[in-house]
Amino acid sequence: MKRKRNSIRNHSAESALFLRRTLVVFLAILLAVGILISNLYYLQINSFDTYKTRSNANRISVQTVPPNRGLIYDRNGVILAENRPVYSLQVIANKTNNLTKDIERLTKLVSLTDRELAKFKSQNRYSRSFKAITIRDQLTPEEVALFTVNQHLFKGFSIQASLKRYYPFGNAFTHVLGYIAKINSRDLEKIEQRGERARYQGTRYIGKLGIERYYEDILHGQPGQRQVEVDSWGKVIRTLQFTAPTPGKDITLNIDINLQLKTQELLADMRGSIVLMEAKTGAVLSLVSAPSYDPNLFVTGISQKQYQSLLSSKDRPLINRATQGRYPPASTIKPQMALLALDEKVITEETKIKDPGWWIVPNSKRRFRDWKRWGHGLVDVFHAIEQSCDTFFYDTSYKLGIDRIEPFMRLFGFGEYSGLDIAEETKAIMPSRDWKRGRFNQPWYDGDTISIGIGQGYWTVTPIQLTKATAILARRGENIKPHVLRSITSAGETSTPVYETKPAITLHSSRYWDVALKAMQGVTSKRSGTAYRAFGDAPYTVAGKSGTAQVINIKEDEVYDADKISERHRDNAMFVAFAPFESPEIVVTVILENVGGGSSNAAPIARALFDEYFKSRHPIASKSAPDS
Amino acid sequence: MVSTQAQKSIFYRLHIDPYLLVGLFALMSISLTVLYSVAGYEMVYRQVIRLAIALAVMLVIAQIPPEWYQRWTPGIFIICVLLLIAVLVIGHTGKGAQRWLDLGFTKFQPSEIMKLIMPLMVAYYVSQHTLPTRLKQAFIALIIVIVPTLIIAKQPDLGTSILVASSGLFVLFLSGISWLYIAIALAGVIGFIPILWYFLMLDYQRGRVLTLLNPEADPLGAGYHIIQSKIAIGSGGQWGKGWLEGTQSQLEFLPERHTDFIFSVFSEEFGFMGVLLLLSIYILIIGRGLWIANQAQDAFTKLIAGSIILTFFVYIFVNIGMVSGLLPVVGVPLPVISFGGTSIVTLLAGFGILMSIHTHKRFNIKR
Repeated sequence: MKRKRNSIRNHSAESALFLRRTLVVFLAILLAVGILISNLYYLQINSFDTYKTRSNANRISVQTVPPNRGLIYDRNGVILAENRPVYSLQVIANKTNNLTKDIERLTKLVSLTDRELAKFKSQNRYSRSFKAITIRDQLTPEEVALFTVNQHLFKGFSIQASLKRYYPFGNAFTHVLGYIAKINSRDLEKIEQRGERARYQGTRYIGKLGIERYYEDILHGQPGQRQVEVDSWGKVIRTLQFTAPTPGKDITLNIDINLQLKTQELLADMRGSIVLMEAKTGAVLSLVSAPSYDPNLFVTGISQKQYQSLLSSKDRPLINRATQGRYPPASTIKPQMALLALDEKVITEETKIKDPGWWIVPNSKRRFRDWKRWGHGLVDVFHAIEQSCDTFFYDTSYKLGIDRIEPFMRLFGFGEYSGLDIAEETKAIMPSRDWKRGRFNQPWYDGDTISIGIGQGYWTVTPIQLTKATAILARRGENIKPHVLRSITSAGETSTPVYETKPAITLHSSRYWDVALKAMQGVTSKRSGTAYRAFGDAPYTVAGKSGTAQVINIKEDEVYDADKISERHRDNAMFVAFAPFESPEIVVTVILENVGGGSSNAAPIARALFDEYFKSRHPIASKSAPDS
Repeated sequence: MVSTQAQKSIFYRLHIDPYLLVGLFALMSISLTVLYSVAGYEMVYRQVIRLAIALAVMLVIAQIPPEWYQRWTPGIFIICVLLLIAVLVIGHTGKGAQRWLDLGFTKFQPSEIMKLIMPLMVAYYVSQHTLPTRLKQAFIALIIVIVPTLIIAKQPDLGTSILVASSGLFVLFLSGISWLYIAIALAGVIGFIPILWYFLMLDYQRGRVLTLLNPEADPLGAGYHIIQSKIAIGSGGQWGKGWLEGTQSQLEFLPERHTDFIFSVFSEEFGFMGVLLLLSIYILIIGRGLWIANQAQDAFTKLIAGSIILTFFVYIFVNIGMVSGLLPVVGVPLPVISFGGTSIVTLLAGFGILMSIHTHKRFNIKR
């Protein structure tokens, strides 16, 4: 039936129907295309600026180019801290053919430890495959050569060169230079506080100690910028714009490498500290704290085990003894004490005291012993300093009282920061009534003052403080500021900083200086002086003062016997000196821990250093007539 | 006037329509130009081979007279439906969808054949009866459309199922089905949308729709493709960034640059003016196709010609709509421009049928 209707179909009617439908469809198509075009017009013409910006934001990335750190030289131009190229091996996982096999083959060229392999594997698991992962941080030159020759076999592997801080003299300068190490969260906080986040973008290391820390601002430099085009993987395609970084400024130190190394050599394996300073300028020529450690360990990233062993070592190598070591000054401050007594008219040049070998606090039974058990006999101020008579100063300090001693000693810098350009410094302790009240909640006793009189008791000083105090003495009260930095060099221009010092110490009579200084010269030049054996034949004039500091209290009737007490409880040997006597050029402080008497142990080292100093600067030094 | 043998051009004798051919060549040139920019010589070379194969298929199909199609259509359709079922059961999984049937020597995608055979089958059925098509026939035709569509959607291949469904429905529309029924059907479809959303669509398909509505909600995840595509198109501006200069494509911010998102590459490098040129070429081809449909001698050939050209437009509209953020991303290539093997062969086979219809006329009617 349907077939039948089919046979009589009206072809022209069907064609007309089809044509109408086609026209409708064509109009619909034009409408749809119109919609597409208006949408595209909106995207490409109306919103062009928006999308152009977003397209640029996609492809342009700004990278910070960290500046090269400034170098550090000694006063002779010998490099003490440099930036050495180091080579690390990197791999981009998704560029390799077969990562596991490649690593296996690689171990035949470059010795990889299990730890390095494990670290790499975990990094590889957690980072994106197009990012470079470091396999080995520092390649030896042999490994670099071996790998470079075989590079074509390792697709996706590459050697990256970068600069790494290197301290060529290892542990010799650690306590001066300090070191740089990777920036940690605490450093970041400080950087943030200083508002220098942009400046440190891209910088991985920061000065942590010593000069590297103190002059971080000068050494660091200003970062540059690189505008790069990146693909969607973050890979850099090309550089669009480059602003070069400004490298950090180079600095030259006052340190003299010969003296520094000599000092280190003299200290050998003893514990202690030596500071050698120019008396006229405050320039620190040598500053050693022993034992030391290799700062390069911290640059490459010290292992937990190594760090623990440094930290827990009984010798405390991490402490900078020159600025942080608190030692009882012992007899080294007797000249200052004598000055105060003269100025306060407690004694005169002629005052003589009878020393039976001990001294008793008036109206008590407390007895203080002299180091010379049988006593010095009749002692004046010269004799008291030259032979380091304790009884004379027990009496003197008792008469002076702590209220006069403490402020006077502060003028010499005791209990104050020395002003040295190393931030790791302690003020040590210049005790006073208030201090004792605050610290122990106890009143000040007369006995406390007696100990102070010979630089014992609560009083502690640092080697740099002692050096500064000795320099002020040598300069007859004129103040000085110790400093390590000599000059700053940037783009060929050198600038030398000028330091301001505190006002000079004035006494009622400048004659008093002569007394103290003359007595100090006697220490080294008089046959009876404690350091005569060390300095008697010196070809230059020297003023000095020895000191032997008790580390533990010795009971009233006990005899100090070095052989009987444990090594750590033996006396500290100390010696301070300056030379030449007439026109002081150089000041030294020597402190040796637990070696015994100052005049026998510390004075010869001071002598050796002075010899070294004068050997290079005054080949022919004339010795003034010994007045013994 | 009856045209003489002498008047018949060489193209007519080769069963080629020169207008369509020029249009297709224009599109192919654009395709190769953009492909070179995206992927270099190697991909251009591979596409040239595919285009050559597709052109050969087109030529062969153009030689076959339309009566043959009419004879073979039901059989091929049934085989094709069976193959689709086979794919569902034993098919190969590619990109998370079962589309391929591994024949040993080649992988074969029955849904591609379905794109071609669907309009033929519907046209075959409705042309058994006089036009306009009545409700009863329309209903049976709808079943013919829906069964394969659902199977393909189940694979799941939303893009192809839309194309297959629309190619069948276009035949129905062109066969003069009453506007009233169309209105009712549209109302039904709109009513069906919630059912589709809650019961039939998979999570990733829903995700695509949601992403379309607000791509910025997830700029690094589902929205990334659309955002990057819109940035590419928008940053092209009026004249484009220039050939080989499109940063979005060259620096690989755009996904699927040589296939589904090739229009974005083109828009970025050639700008709004390039887009207008491309759309003009498409409209000329469509216009020529519709003209051929109207010139066809019987209902069957008219309907398939019309449906083929309309499906061609659906490709264009869906692809451009999706890359410019008007439609969800459903995986429809830009016809003749996108890189791809099977789809270009299917497409040009369709044009082969058009040319066959236009150049095999049993009697020349005076016009």
